[in-house]
Amino acid sequence: MTDKKQLKREQIMQSALELFALKGFYSTSVPDIASSLKMSVGNLYNYFKSKDILAKEIIKYISAYLGKKIREVNEQNISTEEKTRKIIEVYFKTAMLKPEMIDYFLRIYLSTREVFNEGCEGMICVNEFVTEIMIYFEEGVKCGDLRDQDFFSAFGLFMGYLGGMVFLKGEKILPKELDEYVDDIAFNIYKALSK
Amino acid sequence: MKTKVLWLSAIACNGNTHSFLNYPYMEQFLNDFEFIYHPVIDTDYTLEEIVSSVIACDILLIEGSIAEDFQRADTSIVKIIQTYSKIVKKIVTVGTCATFGGIFRESDYKNVSGLHFNQELPTNTFREIKDKTVSISGCPIHPEVLVNTLYAIKKDIRLELDKYLRPKEYFAYTIHNGCTRNEYFEYKVDNHKFGELEGCMFYDHGCQAPYTQGSCNKILWNEINSKTRAGLPCMGCTEPGFPRENLFSTKKNMGIPENLPVGVGKRVYLTLAGITKAFTIERLEKKLLND
Repeated sequence: MTDKKQLKREQIMQSALELFALKGFYSTSVPDIASSLKMSVGNLYNYFKSKDILAKEIIKYISAYLGKKIREVNEQNISTEEKTRKIIEVYFKTAMLKPEMIDYFLRIYLSTREVFNEGCEGMICVNEFVTEIMIYFEEGVKCGDLRDQDFFSAFGLFMGYLGGMVFLKGEKILPKELDEYVDDIAFNIYKALSK
Repeated sequence: MKTKVLWLSAIACNGNTHSFLNYPYMEQFLNDFEFIYHPVIDTDYTLEEIVSSVIACDILLIEGSIAEDFQRADTSIVKIIQTYSKIVKKIVTVGTCATFGGIFRESDYKNVSGLHFNQELPTNTFREIKDKTVSISGCPIHPEVLVNTLYAIKKDIRLELDKYLRPKEYFAYTIHNGCTRNEYFEYKVDNHKFGELEGCMFYDHGCQAPYTQGSCNKILWNEINSKTRAGLPCMGCTEPGFPRENLFSTKKNMGIPENLPVGVGKRVYLTLAGITKAFTIERLEKKLLND
């Protein structure tokens, strides 16, 4: 794929992402997405064959984006405690700068499972993100910082907590900005997961 | 002319001798080779004669771990090895103890190791004879691997060796290669019960086959079977670190196996695992044959 075509694909995904997050998946049509980009519906179909395919590509795009950021943290030579904090920062920063991404994850991907049943089985479409979280856990256990336990009990604690905070922010319930909670949340998560 | 072989037993359980006696074409072998001494086979010389003089010999086989203070016929095993290694064409370490130290590293003798390696680490005592040595690791050795190597030496066939001096012909593969449970490995199905046909034992049952090098599933034992085919995990017996602890359970960190297949990076492994775990292959969840 040429760089130009790849850039256009990303623009479409970004616009669709914003519309899905704003109006919901079912209330957003392909013509809505096309007109937000000032392109024809026919041309958009050259890039994505259907709205469902677009939806799946978007979740992969978000997963790859977050996965890359967390990989940068994983590859740093720092303690598990510091990594914990940095991953939380990455997640909250994304929620603040690109709220539509986390919104899409929470409100579309997790709540519209029928769209993702085929092609996004299990955690396939969020693989890059989940892989980095796995590596963070695995390396934490290996160096003796984290307590060994079932992956999902740790994953649920970590992601459930962060997702919940972003959700509360989205509902305008949180009195402070997300980054003001990083210290406490990093302390709580590390304390819960460490030996 | 028969090739003359000395089988020297150091700190050993004789397991390699037992395994060797299962070689299916022993009559042919004994037409081509002659033991000047072997601990359980009748030979022309006694161990005392072997130690008190130097008997003509082509290949020195060493079984068991080595320590300076371990003696045979009142002579240090190190001295016997040094004497015979000078006159032979090749030296073969028979088994994991002679190669890496093995389980007898835990014995009461001092500084126990293999001939050239203490687990992964090279040792110095016998460095002058390193060029003459071929390692056949395994607990025990596979009889065909040992015998085929001896024939290669007899016929002056050049053996390509790995970093532990093991013939690549047999040790460049993993035990996983040829395992009949590969489908279960591919789709991450470990619903194994010991002894049964179904399920891969890598994920929960401690199988080390994907990161253990050898030919057990390529050249079958007694021409019939292998551990993994019979429903027992590979215990990694050809590897420098053998034996590890907890041979029947897979060491995991937050659900991720600590040891991954040879040469497979963690991200690659987790990506593939994530994909295959998303699917259920019904055929692999059921019994293959009804009881």
